[in-house]
Amino acid sequence: MEQAGEVRGRFTADGMRRGARAALGLTLGLMPFGLVVGMTGDARGLSLLEILLMSGLVFAGTSQLVALELWADPAPILAASLACLVINLRMAPMGVALAPVFDRLHGIRLWGSLAVLVDNAFALTVAEMRAGRRDAGFLVGASLCMWCNWMVMCTIGHSFGAALRLPPGHPLFFASVAALMSILVPIWRGRSDLLPWLVAAVLALLVHGIGLGAPWPVLAGALGGAAAGAARDLLQAASRPAAR
Amino acid sequence: MSLRWDVLAAILGMALATFLCRAGGYAVLRVVRPPPFVQAMLQHLPGTIFCAFLAPALMQGGWAAWLAGAAALVVQARFRALALSIVAGVATLWLLRAATGGM
Repeated sequence: MEQAGEVRGRFTADGMRRGARAALGLTLGLMPFGLVVGMTGDARGLSLLEILLMSGLVFAGTSQLVALELWADPAPILAASLACLVINLRMAPMGVALAPVFDRLHGIRLWGSLAVLVDNAFALTVAEMRAGRRDAGFLVGASLCMWCNWMVMCTIGHSFGAALRLPPGHPLFFASVAALMSILVPIWRGRSDLLPWLVAAVLALLVHGIGLGAPWPVLAGALGGAAAGAARDLLQAASRPAAR
Repeated sequence: MSLRWDVLAAILGMALATFLCRAGGYAVLRVVRPPPFVQAMLQHLPGTIFCAFLAPALMQGGWAAWLAGAAALVVQARFRALALSIVAGVATLWLLRAATGGM
């Protein structure tokens, strides 16, 4: 791990530019997802202004889709908010994992950066942080790049969704999964990641297998895998001086 | 283009709930100093979040999804181009589904 000497958390315009450039390739993975959200909003009777407000302010696709699934007239204020709370719980540990990036920031730079936090931008920022560059601007640049793409694709989905008629299982929708798969590569640090990653995957499959929906497979897998890795690290650290 | 008050209220509620998730974890960390075990966990969290997210998604897609995911992984490891890797994953799934008559 890098040392925290000179690389304290910062927020620079240069970081924003680099983040936006890094995220450009990933926007491809979010495009079909944005289409679906726009299409679903149209199908549920939301106006273009309403779906854009939702996508712009919430900016978390899975929770938007679930909320739209339970949409009714009048709008289900409590149910939709609760759906977002439950499904986006997975983002709470993301902000925690980026603590070295945020620790020196205050006010709008801190809470504004957290407000635009999103899965793919988070992953890119982790890779950046591990390369020794702790710049919240990178996160915001990457997130805003994806946000613009998100708004454009929601507009297209809402306006032309009925004409596109993509069935739910269409391979195009695999794009968001493929994007997360490709993100695993820059996050991989070597063989020491194998144990926590495997535990995370197996736990998530188990929790999913017993029929629990989001966010429980992700939370159980993420925390369980991280705990397995932490236990191994601390045991190794404890046994090392004794072995010598 | 209409904007109904009940829809606006639902959207604001959703946005607030999502912000609480985004900022809440870090807000707690800023106040409470975590014990060594939790600090060690944080080192592993990024990767495990994505593994835990992907495993059920791939399981639901069946063996073709696992192969398509592997294709995305290999292309990214070899070429370091995220867009190319996403295209490779989608194309692999599309071809496999077409070849097996799934779609």
